[in-house]
Amino acid sequence: MAVIIETPNSPRTRKQANWEKYGWLFMRVSGPLLIVLIFTHLVANLVVGDGIKAIDFAFVAGKWADPFWQVWDFAMLWLAMIHGTNGMRTIVNDYVAKESLRKGLVTTLWAVGGLLVVLGSLVIFTFDPCPAGAAAELLPSFCPAS
Amino acid sequence: MASIPAGTLYRGKVGMWSWVLHRITGVGIFFFLLVHVLDTALVRISPEAYNVVIESYKTPIIGISELGLVGAIIFHGLNGLRVIAVDFWSKGTKYQSLMFWAVIVITVGIVAGFAPLHLARVFGE
Repeated sequence: MAVIIETPNSPRTRKQANWEKYGWLFMRVSGPLLIVLIFTHLVANLVVGDGIKAIDFAFVAGKWADPFWQVWDFAMLWLAMIHGTNGMRTIVNDYVAKESLRKGLVTTLWAVGGLLVVLGSLVIFTFDPCPAGAAAELLPSFCPAS
Repeated sequence: MASIPAGTLYRGKVGMWSWVLHRITGVGIFFFLLVHVLDTALVRISPEAYNVVIESYKTPIIGISELGLVGAIIFHGLNGLRVIAVDFWSKGTKYQSLMFWAVIVITVGIVAGFAPLHLARVFGE
């Protein structure tokens, strides 16, 4: 299928919703938000305290016992996955000339992105910091002794 | 004086290279994000499952790679701000080259500051 490019300086003639424009805007709105979300995530997890050495189940449980970090990570998950998937879609659109392959790859991207966003959201909000039967030394200190 | 033929190779200077770097870092961060959502999801399986996998993030090879990941994220984020400035700021195109070098300097500076701290933890006891 030949790709028809409208004369660049002519106004848009199609009447449907302009999804490409919303995608372009989304990248520029989510980008600065992601800078705040991810830079803070990196400082909290890799800089303060013992950094990477301190990260284990108890560390994650300690963070997600606080709704602040649950909402923080939830926002980061959704914005980063949509931002990343849309960026990959742009790259696929640029380099994949065969239309059926392009469509297949873009569909796969959104399917994988959607799956991970749902999985991640469930993990954040159904998470139990003190799972029954787990060894006490692996759990955060606020868990009741079993 | 005869001028040297410019040839036909596209030479976009820093505007082109920032675009190339933005794509490469973006793709790299995307694939890390997929892995990172999955490894974090292991907290829902068991503390042991999560701890076993997260230990690999503290090994020398992955520990060093994390510096590359942090650098890629900082570059991509700051260069994204530069792209926004080029799109929405009237002087954006005038200063795009200067802004690119500012992005590079800040990225290298932050990674250089973070590296000793992080590597001491990865290679320390």
